[in-house]
Amino acid sequence: MVAATIQNIGCWALGLFENLGRASIFFAKIIAAIPHALTRPRLIIKEIYSIGVLSLTIIVVSGLFVGMVLGLQGYVTLVDFGAEESLGVVVAMTLVRELGPVVTALLFAGRAGSALAAEIGLMKATEQLSSMEMMAVDPIKRIITPRFIGGFISVPLLTAIFTAVGILGGRFVGVGLLGIDEGSYWSQMQANVDLIDDVANGMIKGVVFAIACVWIALYKGYDAMPTAEGISLATTHTVVNSALAVLGLDFILTALMFGNF
Amino acid sequence: MESIVQIRNLHFTRGTHKIFNGISLDIRAGQVTAFMGPSGTGKTTLLKLIGGQLRPQQGTVQVFGKDIHNVGQNTLYAVRKQMGMLFQSGALLTDLNVFENVAFPLREHTQLPEQIMRDLVLLKLEAVGLRGARKLMPSQLSGGMARRVALARAIVLDPSMIMYDEPFTGLDPITKGTIVTLIKELNESMGITSVIVSHDVGETLSIADYIYVISEGEIVESGTSADLSTSSSEWMQQFLQGLSDGPVPFHYPSDNFKEDLLVGR
Repeated sequence: MVAATIQNIGCWALGLFENLGRASIFFAKIIAAIPHALTRPRLIIKEIYSIGVLSLTIIVVSGLFVGMVLGLQGYVTLVDFGAEESLGVVVAMTLVRELGPVVTALLFAGRAGSALAAEIGLMKATEQLSSMEMMAVDPIKRIITPRFIGGFISVPLLTAIFTAVGILGGRFVGVGLLGIDEGSYWSQMQANVDLIDDVANGMIKGVVFAIACVWIALYKGYDAMPTAEGISLATTHTVVNSALAVLGLDFILTALMFGNF
Repeated sequence: MESIVQIRNLHFTRGTHKIFNGISLDIRAGQVTAFMGPSGTGKTTLLKLIGGQLRPQQGTVQVFGKDIHNVGQNTLYAVRKQMGMLFQSGALLTDLNVFENVAFPLREHTQLPEQIMRDLVLLKLEAVGLRGARKLMPSQLSGGMARRVALARAIVLDPSMIMYDEPFTGLDPITKGTIVTLIKELNESMGITSVIVSHDVGETLSIADYIYVISEGEIVESGTSADLSTSSSEWMQQFLQGLSDGPVPFHYPSDNFKEDLLVGR
């Protein structure tokens, strides 16, 4: 019984490390293929459109509602202390430092990450990737890397858009509906949100989450079993693993950036 | 006649299942060579081993004089440019239309002016009878049309050898006849070496110059169509005539049927 349990743990650990090894080699190949991919900007622009531009609706709508909820919740809490004029700072800090990068990455994983994994998985199942290899075209260079670069560029931009729309949503509720002074909303934000500590760190989070989410999605699709069940598992794992990676990385990055260790 | 592909002592295992157990064979230039055998004997795997997509545990595969599993990526891709492959499903790129699918290898490997590229693609599409379908998307094609487009794509770089993976499977008799004619014409008019993997006996025997029959990891018979048709092997005759029972039993190994029915009574 004990031996079997230890054996199972051992098998699980071996499988985990094998998977991590394959994912790392896959990542190294993508990085090595970046110079080649940059010589074909059209492919990258196409991916920015399908990964980034087509995600705009969900990002803008979600950003607006998250900002509006923050404005409402922040007002209800701050008004008890007579500090409702600080609403702009609360909304902006929350969005710039945390919710912007994290929620954008989670939405990206759900909307574009799963689509990427399914697309690559289906290309594998229908032998499109194999046929490319036989035509002496490296799928990592032609298919994977342009998508990686497209995601790498898109996610930080989507993060910025999510944050900006969220701040406008907070302003709509705080200033427009609850009557906070507009000057206070913006000036307190301007005075307290630091370009480096807050905005730049938030964008760094966006970049890190972009790499994690796109890497996971592409790897899961590329490594999927070429069956319907395999593709279904790949998309599920993409969303679950991306969400866990984003939340875990967020804690680590927050600790490094704002932990004052 | 010179050998384009030389396979020596090839061993290939997938998991615990041994697919090839030390096979050796030659594919000669300008000939139509066929691999036949029951489903699951590794015929497609053999094409992938020749194309360098799979690596054997033991043995060598020489293609155009290069040990395909011991060359760098650049050499491997240079060799692959000399070989086309027709996948069973066609494997067309689903986000590109017929024209762009055929143009794909040209766009990836050449810097030809658009007009010349257009002419080349139309020539190849005309050869497979689908010039009029150039604007269709892969989802709008029938199985046979998709395979013909894939064939046009496979020959667009004028390869020396084409590998066909189950080219006749799932096609109606007319389309099957069209594919047979195309393979024959490509072989005769362009001198392309053809390698066919199939278990469609009639079509394969009608066009193959030399046939290898593979079963349980080994080559059980080889020769011309006439040699195989007159083979004294019971197994060979069962395979060629499609008999349901014989050396390859109809029943999966099981316990005594009567005893099985009486279990628990």
